Amino acid sequence: MTDVTMTVNGQTVSGSVEGRTLLVQFLRDSLGLTGTHVGCETSQCGACTIHMDGKSVKSCSMLAVQADGAAITTIEGLADGEALHPVQTAFKEHHGLQCGFCTPGMIMAATDIIRRHPEGLNEKTVREELEGNICRCTGYHNIVKAIIAASEAMNADSTKAA
Amino acid sequence: MYDVTYHRAGSVKEALSLLEAADDGKFIAGGQTLIPAMKTRLAAPSDLVDLRHIADMKTIAVAGKTVTIGAGITHAEVAVNSEIMAVCPALCHLAALIGDPQVRHMGTLGGSLANNDPAADYPAAMLALDAIVVTDKREIAAAEFFTGLFETALNEDELITAIRFEAPEKAGYGKFRNPASRYAMAGVFIAKNGETLRAAVTGAGDDGVFRSAEIEAALSADFSAAGLQDVAVAADDLMTDIHASADYRASLIVAMAKRAVAMANG
Repeated sequence: MTDVTMTVNGQTVSGSVEGRTLLVQFLRDSLGLTGTHVGCETSQCGACTIHMDGKSVKSCSMLAVQADGAAITTIEGLADGEALHPVQTAFKEHHGLQCGFCTPGMIMAATDIIRRHPEGLNEKTVREELEGNICRCTGYHNIVKAIIAASEAMNADSTKAA
Repeated sequence: MYDVTYHRAGSVKEALSLLEAADDGKFIAGGQTLIPAMKTRLAAPSDLVDLRHIADMKTIAVAGKTVTIGAGITHAEVAVNSEIMAVCPALCHLAALIGDPQVRHMGTLGGSLANNDPAADYPAAMLALDAIVVTDKREIAAAEFFTGLFETALNEDELITAIRFEAPEKAGYGKFRNPASRYAMAGVFIAKNGETLRAAVTGAGDDGVFRSAEIEAALSADFSAAGLQDVAVAADDLMTDIHASADYRASLIVAMAKRAVAMANG
């Protein structure tokens, strides 16, 4: 067993893991953060998407020990208290989900896409950028709408702040 | 996955000594191929030596036309690097087509080359760009580096630290992706520098990445998509699998070469 320490959603956490423990297992089983889902476990579906040091990664395709010392954000860390993150709000408003299984990964991927495209997003870009996330319910239409709307809302906010 | 002992290296030297001390150790960079392979027990190393924290392997330098990229640079970093974009945008385009955004945030140039998957993208670029693979021990020309399916000229205890190439006057990459895996079913990288022209093909060869004599001959006469109009690539040494037959891949190679040359001509 190896001791790991990382920052998860702003809190320093430690745990003892096997070398082979996946990061997603550590988050779900040791920390109880079950918002991060395990879908395919073969890096295809993206349900396990989290942010490591600010970038989207698939937590089923890396070991917990690889994340030792890193800053991790999961779906549980996005909202500000009771106030949903703008991407969460947009998914709700635009009905960007049906069963909801892929949603945590979609939202974590979406916040990363918006971060990397401060110039704004169009439908083509969003659809290309979502290639690592699979939804089997919605046909993506409302997911794409939600991400574009969130991007516009967040850009409007940052313009106001400036 | 079988259990494994994890080590984190802070330098190239430390990585090599950690590997040497291990029973059946393996280097891990982004792990986007190795971790899935370990899950299915296709790989079962006793020890992993993590290269992701070696600062010396994470630099990009462009001096004139000479491009040097650290082995630890991720695909996402290559895709948006403005210095590489200025001299060889085709390589940024190629990096942006690997896997998906999450995979590109982890996967590295060195990891891709050391693995030499017959459908990986970077081998085609390295061969067409006549790149040098720099290791801790020596420099290996790309033409000598890729030796077959998942095989390279690397020794067991040798580590890729960087790659280097001279940016060509013109370059382009055309890729037909498998829609599920996003690996190339045929990918063609074309680089032209004066009279020197190379067209390297990935995803299609029975023995991994190769240069296409047919494409190169046609483009030497007419460096345009029209110049490839009547070209036929022999299917003899091409791959047949559940995704495509050798004949279909032969046709894809010409189609992807047309896209690559169109990009090269901008």
